[in-house]
Amino acid sequence: MIKDQEYLKSKASYCLDLAKKLGATDASVTVGNSISETVSFRNKVLDESNRSDSLAISIETYIDKKKSSISSSNLLADNLKTLIEKCFETTKITPEDEFNSLPDKELLAKNIKDLNLYDQSHLENDKKIDYLKELEETASIDKKIINTESGFTENKSNFILANSDGFCNGYKSSSFTASCVTVAKNENSMERDYEFTSKCHLSDISNPLELGKVAAEQTIKKLSPKKIGSDKISIIFDKRISKGFLSFFAGAISASSIARGTSFLKDKVNQQIFSNSVNITDKPDLIKGMGSKCFDSEGVKTETLNLVNSGILNNYLIDTYNGKKLNLKSNGRSGGSTNLYFENGKVSYDDLLKSYSKILYVTETIGHGTNLVTGDYSVGATGFLIEDGEFKYPVNEITIAGNFNEMFKNITLANDLEFKYSVNSPTMMIDGMTVAGK
Amino acid sequence: MSNFFDKSDLTRKDVDEIVSETLKNCDDGEIYFENSKSESILLDDNKIKSSNYNSDLGFGFRAISNDVVAYSHSNEISKDALKNSAENLKSTLKSTKGTYNHEIPKTNNKFYDDINPIEQKTLDAKLEVLNKVNDYLRKKDSTVKQVTASFSGEQKSIEIIRSGGEALTDVRPLIRFNVSVMLEKNGRKETGVYGIGGRQSYDDYLKNDNWKNVCEEALRIASVNLDSKPAPAGEMKVVLGPGWPAILIHEAIGHGLEGDFNRKKTSAFHDLMGQKVASEGVTIVDDGTIDKRRGSLTIDDEGTPTERTVLIENGILKNFMQDRLNARLMNTRSTGSGRRENYKHIVLPRMRNTMMLSGNQTQDEMIKSVDRGIFAVSFGGGQVDITSGKFVFNCTEAYEINNGKIGSPIKGATLIGDGPSILKEVSMVGNDMMMDPGIGTCGKAGQGVPVGVAQPSILIDKMTVGGTKL
Repeated sequence: MIKDQEYLKSKASYCLDLAKKLGATDASVTVGNSISETVSFRNKVLDESNRSDSLAISIETYIDKKKSSISSSNLLADNLKTLIEKCFETTKITPEDEFNSLPDKELLAKNIKDLNLYDQSHLENDKKIDYLKELEETASIDKKIINTESGFTENKSNFILANSDGFCNGYKSSSFTASCVTVAKNENSMERDYEFTSKCHLSDISNPLELGKVAAEQTIKKLSPKKIGSDKISIIFDKRISKGFLSFFAGAISASSIARGTSFLKDKVNQQIFSNSVNITDKPDLIKGMGSKCFDSEGVKTETLNLVNSGILNNYLIDTYNGKKLNLKSNGRSGGSTNLYFENGKVSYDDLLKSYSKILYVTETIGHGTNLVTGDYSVGATGFLIEDGEFKYPVNEITIAGNFNEMFKNITLANDLEFKYSVNSPTMMIDGMTVAGK
Repeated sequence: MSNFFDKSDLTRKDVDEIVSETLKNCDDGEIYFENSKSESILLDDNKIKSSNYNSDLGFGFRAISNDVVAYSHSNEISKDALKNSAENLKSTLKSTKGTYNHEIPKTNNKFYDDINPIEQKTLDAKLEVLNKVNDYLRKKDSTVKQVTASFSGEQKSIEIIRSGGEALTDVRPLIRFNVSVMLEKNGRKETGVYGIGGRQSYDDYLKNDNWKNVCEEALRIASVNLDSKPAPAGEMKVVLGPGWPAILIHEAIGHGLEGDFNRKKTSAFHDLMGQKVASEGVTIVDDGTIDKRRGSLTIDDEGTPTERTVLIENGILKNFMQDRLNARLMNTRSTGSGRRENYKHIVLPRMRNTMMLSGNQTQDEMIKSVDRGIFAVSFGGGQVDITSGKFVFNCTEAYEINNGKIGSPIKGATLIGDGPSILKEVSMVGNDMMMDPGIGTCGKAGQGVPVGVAQPSILIDKMTVGGTKL
């Protein structure tokens, strides 16, 4: 069973009391417990089971503007005592930093909404096995599928965040995730693709038949790819790739990158950075949302932010420390964005495909070719060539490159947004990028 | 050495009994205890931004029947926690009829000392070095706009207990020192990063003001990039410099030669054993036995001593890297490549220090032979799609080559190639093999483990360069 709030609170207050007694002027503690159970299948038989029971505590102690932190998985009282003493001693000799402090009291979350993030249902491993059997049976109907791997994970977490200003809150959350990876082979090539579903509530996850079918279809479509020639061409990014641009954007507008001066979006507030049809929202209080948060990792209340309006950047994602450095108030984004999404565009998916006579449709990228400082982008890609709105043939072993300063201004969004993950985007087209191939 | 039981109600005898009883009819398995202590100290933006200390303790209990693995881990070391885990394993492996193989080879070799690098240097002394780094770089060059410098150190003690009471232990030190610098000139910003590390004390790395060399190198890379032009796009010849660029070998070839992907036949190499997969003159080994290297291990995370495994010899595929599970199922022996990030993760076959050995040619000869291409000196990260064999990596320092001469530096571009065929495109192998500075972390199935790479300069006849200039 997952540890209850009382247990976590007692550990947290033990640490806060001890830190105060030693002479810390402020302190903050996070205690969490998470239990997850995973069953994995391979080629229609059981491959692995994995049960994980993790406790974690992290403590920050302050002596005025000096700060240091420790973390541990060992919650026995004598170990915590040794660690807090060590943390306090380290704090003493750590240099002062004028921006170190707990969050402003008036910004701390007071009314904790129930966002329905916890589902107490428990799926026995045998039931998980039944789900995966159905999934893999469906995924392997076509003879071209030579390998299937799938997994089902149930996770339950609970945590408490407490600080010496009296904040003490936490809540349970759960997630149920099923995934399927399939390998297809023909005389020309071997390809892999995947599909997955992840929800807070068991009843909301995709049907296993649907999941297996989609994974297999996507994989088979990739067989016998061709390499295309180097060219300047418009690129359509499948939803699973376009949402990655949002995550990159969130990194570029985090107060820490801005304060350090290492983001290409520094000093761009109130400026046009996207095409004027683009709106980006970060909404923390979505019921059952995969990224929903009642408060951020410092206890600061979270409110919906319209980060980009008609292409104009309105806000950074701000935490206490970097906010003080920038002379801005925290907007409850210590730990990053919550449920972040591009609002729908005006074009339908089908019309987007017909935008030009020849378009590259990207379904997967590999490599870490994004540069936060310059905005340069260059990654390996696989996908399809589209001619006159029709998928013609799969493409691989190419790279795509551009710079986000220009790419953001050349975005066209479709109107097919769905809330499946914590970061969501409609299908996206970007004009004027470079493809390197043959 | 850690005593894992002194603060719990558990005795060594209890552990032996529970392990032996649980693994009775299994084909393999063990309990793995781990106690790790780690620290990280970060200087950023002219200040000590964070000093963090972590202590982690836990166990992972594994039972294997044929090819099914049941795993359970917890950070509560108690009789109840162990029994709960044992029950969980039994419920997965309902009826087992295996034969437990007790044989684990023994070793007297040790590749690093039993030290705790964190305790060997005071916090004050570490803070002093970081501040010196910051002052040195900012004084040295007025275009320096940001400096980040960090220390991280770790001591990990492990004990593996197998059915029948056999116990294997190891104490592993690991440190890393890293410097990143951002320059700004005429409105343009570029960064340079350099680091060093391995399984020894901080002082071994920092003697003779060696930290200055790390600063110089980070600064040099950033300065080169300030003058870089857009990279070309398309297929061309590529000369790779020695050392860290061997990340190409790691991504393109290494992962595809790990036992699990080959047993499952999802690697593009699974049916190529004994066949020619590289040009003549190309020999690649994976070696866990090099003294104090980042990727070295005295024993792997299943207790098997590590070794120098020849993967490709003169172009011919000779061996895969194996852990016990995949070795048993493929009728071969473990190569001491079974690794895990920590007790929270299952063992997988992984690389240690992956190296392409020296040939006879010089880097000069390679450059001179290229009419149009690029010379890649350093890389950021890389990634591979095991199934299709396609891999990428990102240049952090590279130059154009025109008519046999090195030209202007070019902006970070991604190179993409095909793993199974790339080594056949190697037309020259240099005589200048070099180890990387000790900075690599390899990710697989969500687990990061420290690794090393090495190679001489090589010439690749055809690769796709992902620049923006057509």
